Amino acid sequence: MLRTSINRRTLLKTTALATASVVAAPYIRGAHAAGKLSLGVWDHWVPGANDNMNKLCKEWGEKNKVEVQIDYITSVGDKDMITATAESQAGAGHDIMTHRSWQIVVHRRMLEPLDEVMASLEKQGGPANEIANYLAMVDGHWYGIPTCTGSQVKPCCSRVDLYKQHCGIDLQAMFPAGDNRDKALIDSWNWDLYLSSAEKLMKAGFPVGNPLGQTSDAIDWVGALFRSHGVVAIDEKDNIKISSDATRQVLEYMKKFTPQMPPEVYAWDDAGNNRWLISGKGAGIMNPPSAWVVANRDNPSVGAQCWTHDMPRGPAGRFVGHLPIFFGLWKFSQNKEAAKDLIRFLSEKDQARKFVAASSGYDLPSFKSYYDFDTWKEAGPPKGSVYNYPPRGDEQVSIAGYPARPDVAAQVYNSAVMVNMVSRVTQGGESIESAIKWAERELEGYLRA
Amino acid sequence: MVEATQSAYAPALTSVIPWRRGRIARVLRRRSTIAFFMCLPLLTVIGGLVVYPALYAINLATLNKAMTKHIGFDNFAFLFTRETFWMVVSQSAIFALTAVFFKALIGLITAHLVNNLPAKGQRKWRGMLLVPWVMPLSLSTLGWWWMFDPTYSAFNWLLALFGIGKVAWLSDPYWARFSVILDNVWYGAPFFLIMYLAALRSVPTDLYEAASIDGANAWQKFVHITLPMMQSIISITVLFSLIVTFANFDIIWVMTQGGPRDMTHIFATWAFKLGIQSGDIPLGASVSLFMFPILGISAIFILRGVAKRSREMQ
Repeated sequence: MLRTSINRRTLLKTTALATASVVAAPYIRGAHAAGKLSLGVWDHWVPGANDNMNKLCKEWGEKNKVEVQIDYITSVGDKDMITATAESQAGAGHDIMTHRSWQIVVHRRMLEPLDEVMASLEKQGGPANEIANYLAMVDGHWYGIPTCTGSQVKPCCSRVDLYKQHCGIDLQAMFPAGDNRDKALIDSWNWDLYLSSAEKLMKAGFPVGNPLGQTSDAIDWVGALFRSHGVVAIDEKDNIKISSDATRQVLEYMKKFTPQMPPEVYAWDDAGNNRWLISGKGAGIMNPPSAWVVANRDNPSVGAQCWTHDMPRGPAGRFVGHLPIFFGLWKFSQNKEAAKDLIRFLSEKDQARKFVAASSGYDLPSFKSYYDFDTWKEAGPPKGSVYNYPPRGDEQVSIAGYPARPDVAAQVYNSAVMVNMVSRVTQGGESIESAIKWAERELEGYLRA
Repeated sequence: MVEATQSAYAPALTSVIPWRRGRIARVLRRRSTIAFFMCLPLLTVIGGLVVYPALYAINLATLNKAMTKHIGFDNFAFLFTRETFWMVVSQSAIFALTAVFFKALIGLITAHLVNNLPAKGQRKWRGMLLVPWVMPLSLSTLGWWWMFDPTYSAFNWLLALFGIGKVAWLSDPYWARFSVILDNVWYGAPFFLIMYLAALRSVPTDLYEAASIDGANAWQKFVHITLPMMQSIISITVLFSLIVTFANFDIIWVMTQGGPRDMTHIFATWAFKLGIQSGDIPLGASVSLFMFPILGISAIFILRGVAKRSREMQ
């Protein structure tokens, strides 16, 4: 039997040799000495926007000696959501993933808190907007960091020429591409004016087109309309409050407004309104600047007349539908500290500026202090077309379902309850009271434990 | 001590080992054992891709919304109280039963037409008629969606040429139901065609000859010879198609996403909306499993009927 014994002399000798070798040997830091990170990122539909993400990640990876691998996952067919759900269930996959709006709440149990990252970003850029807080902060902890890339609001995008010609409204004077807003003019842009101008545009043969289908464009503008009238579906304490005078007021409004749009709005998906504007048939939609970007490419005469501006104001304020995207870090990530640093880097103002430029102003940061980027001032034609894309003035971001518990509100949103109420009344011929009662029964089901 | 024990049992072991070896060799030489081992890769695949996900889905359906504890069948009990769920049940039944009926009818008629074509050109027709079935469904549905497009429908353009007004193919809930069923029938009818064509070919011609001698007309031959001879294949194709149509997702999702007013949602699309989009995975799993026992029991009865008929024919 082989026996070894360690005496004092041997121990000292071995320790000395080991210490000497550690001190003397040069530390070779490899290209990827700090490990690997994999990202599953929303596949941007603005050409070139993904290249910017590649470039920024490469820059950070080289600096920090981390190998960064990016997979772009499309939201077409909700493949990004399916991938995230699969990774969450399997406990394996990417380190960092981007999650759309409600998905942080959905996956919160599998996500790493990112409070220190958010604290550092808020120190630099001030507080994130109310909806980012609502969607990503659970029990006082940030489980997602609002990323600029892919985040959007859906304000009005209207034809300047048609509004001037048929309604006598100068949208560029009302919403100038600068800080010289006229409060009286802005205040006049309310839902009543929107309706009366829609009637004139319909008569002129250029109706506005806002979808009333099941997809997010429909849910977002209808959600903003309901909120601007003070409608609450379910409050923070699980009380169902859809049966209110405000709801009745909105539904009455929609009975007058929907005949001013083409009848096919009930079947439009998120591309239906874009096509409507780009074709030159429509005078206005509610959408991020993607429709305007494509119009400039495919129908420049239309693109040159598009102006993005605030939503109409209602009795309870001026609201715009907001869909932020968040970076989430899975709990099962093997390189959490590096991942947090990369998320922080990608969310800083300098990088946000590059994201906004690469997306022609489509990407919208959640920090108001980031709204001074040149892209929104300079992009055109017409120059300054998207200056008013970030919410300025009294416009506030909103999401349908707010202020219910996010896990309940996710169902309110995704079931398109408010859009369905509108469709039941305006297309299905139901009475307002019947639609409200239906909504109450639906909402009651969403509160199940 | 150990050595002593081993030597004491040594004779017994030496007599047992060859016996066991011989038995194992005999078991391995059995045809059923060889067949089992040859099927093992397939069984592993089925186990991994069918059985495990099915069991996992059942497990998910018994969890609460937060997925923290098992609540038995409470999710199903909850669903039974929901108005939208029953609407989805009825829509799924309308979608599947109507689509399968028309697929079977069109498949039967077309199979007869193709069967009576001259042998020379028959192969070309068979190939062309199979195109809808071999195309990727989401791709062909996209084509249908363009034809039904709410604003720029190709069908509406054609109707306008004849002075007929626009049809709200996807905007009106009832037209939307018609459109998705039509797409499903277009896609699925070739499957019935090919199955029925094979069945028609297997009917002995002397039966028809005997019937002709007895003075039977074409309809009588069809009712008294063709249909009984095809009964098993009709049952199996209808069963297969019912299962697949009840589980359809692509057509609805591409064309209507369940709208307008949720009136084209079927089990799979509503389960996706609840489970993936809204984050209530257990409820989504419960919706998707709702048809499982009903279809399972139907399958048992239909397959028993088929087996019985097969025995009778032997």
